[in-house]
Amino acid sequence: MIYFLNLLFAPGFFQNTQVLNALLLGGVVAAISGVVGVFVVIRGQSFVGHAIADFGGAGAAIAVLMGINTLWGFLGFGVLSAAGVELMGNRAREHDLATGIVLSVALGVESLFLYLDTHFTGQAGAPMMILFGSIFLIKPSTLSIVVALTAATTAIIITIYRPLLLCSIDPDLALTRGVPVRIVKLLFILLLSFVVAEGSFIIGALLSTALLIGPAASATRITHKMGLAMLYSAVLGMSAMWIGIVLAYDSFLWPPVRRGWPVSFFVCALILLFYLLTRLRDKLPRSGIMMSGGGT
Amino acid sequence: MISPVKVKKGDAILSIDNIRVQFNQRYILKDVNVQVFPGEFIGLIGPNGAGKSTLFKVILGLLSPTQGSVRVLGRTAKRGDRLIGYVPQKLFLDPNIPLRARDLVALGLDGHRWGIPLPRKERKKRVDDMLKAVDAYRFADSPVGQLSGGEQQRLLIAQALLTDPQLLLLDEPLSNLDIKSAYEVVNLVSRIGREKGIAVILVAHDMNPLLSVMDRVLYLAEGKAVMGKVEDIFRNDVLSGLYGYPVEVLHVNGRIMVVGGKNSGINGYPLECNCCQSEAAT
Repeated sequence: MIYFLNLLFAPGFFQNTQVLNALLLGGVVAAISGVVGVFVVIRGQSFVGHAIADFGGAGAAIAVLMGINTLWGFLGFGVLSAAGVELMGNRAREHDLATGIVLSVALGVESLFLYLDTHFTGQAGAPMMILFGSIFLIKPSTLSIVVALTAATTAIIITIYRPLLLCSIDPDLALTRGVPVRIVKLLFILLLSFVVAEGSFIIGALLSTALLIGPAASATRITHKMGLAMLYSAVLGMSAMWIGIVLAYDSFLWPPVRRGWPVSFFVCALILLFYLLTRLRDKLPRSGIMMSGGGT
Repeated sequence: MISPVKVKKGDAILSIDNIRVQFNQRYILKDVNVQVFPGEFIGLIGPNGAGKSTLFKVILGLLSPTQGSVRVLGRTAKRGDRLIGYVPQKLFLDPNIPLRARDLVALGLDGHRWGIPLPRKERKKRVDDMLKAVDAYRFADSPVGQLSGGEQQRLLIAQALLTDPQLLLLDEPLSNLDIKSAYEVVNLVSRIGREKGIAVILVAHDMNPLLSVMDRVLYLAEGKAVMGKVEDIFRNDVLSGLYGYPVEVLHVNGRIMVVGGKNSGINGYPLECNCCQSEAAT
């Protein structure tokens, strides 16, 4: 028994404070990303989520230069870009263009500050950390900030749940029902920028989109109920995160290099695996029904 | 709790007085007068760009007229008035959206409220009853994104009816449906309207599916309106006066068609049907 546990969890896994911190942080962020992700998927806003992450990355690069926690950089610039995207374009086509412009400007600014980071702060790992994340290096004191952000996000999403759903289905219908559509949309993009900032902080600016929409896209394939989709999405995201952390820790013992693989790689690979499995499951029952139908 | 609104016999549910809507010097609606009474079925007919959508926006309180007044049961029209039920033209949904037919209908009851819905027996019963009323109960638990246009239309009608409206507005509900589904939707709306005394205004390009059920026609063209019984509106002189150029009303096999008249430059082309307009323009 102990042997198998050791095979699964490399020695020292549960004694390592960095690992426990990572499990806690990663779990919280994966759960809220999964919940909000369901709305992102049904509203078709994954591109917006990605743009916010890239803009946040530029903020994080500046934060490194200033010597403050990168989470503040992700958050500050993420919120700014979210507001920018929302205010710049209103019609769908304009929205797409506005998002694209914000995205490319963000990447340009990000490249400048990442360059400055590596030259002036002596943090050669800053680009890797910002773009691809490094969950084991996060200070335990950051946990309280992440929990507070997550609590705020949860409160907002519970408050706007029904009007947001109505807006996502038909904005005109929501308007006629007296829903303050602009305010609801603005609140949603604000909480989206909170979640994207958390995700970027944990698994990197470039990969946060995977955590946001991957589990949600899988969940909407396995249930037709909104509440269950959010639950499944959160569970899938947390599973990917936790299994990813275990595998990354174990990989320090893997041949040939024994240096450890990045957590983000495992998390993204698992999210992809879950998605492919739900697509496969989608295909199977249907062919089953067709076969039994053919027999009668 | 929703308190029933008392409607006195003979009182208009909707009364539109001399409204004008103007954008950049151009009149979208000009001196439009409309009175709609309880239980009436009104077909709102007219070509593209006639101002049908603008008139709906004014009634729904989404747009204020430049002049004139719009009153719904004596109150100035305002956004979110639960006396008006609105059925949008079509849903644009992701086929995988995790939403069942009953969830969409339930949004008609409390979709505008803050917070998450709590499962209550009374809520479920009202939704179930409404699903049965529009003959949608058999697919109540199916995902909305995988239902046909006609089935989705029934759900949109059900959600609009859940606020106990006195006036039901349907924005081109038939334009994406096959002929059989179109007739089913028209008959359903007409039956429910009569049973509950709800006035219905249904926008359509083609008036023919409505001929057997509508009490009056509201015909819009060039921003102006005429209203009356079918036989009083579909006449060469009335519609020519409205369009401002000669048009002809044709009766074929009990169907009505309005086409451009002689010397109109679009001789013989159907006017309401948008499929032929681009052809006429060339």
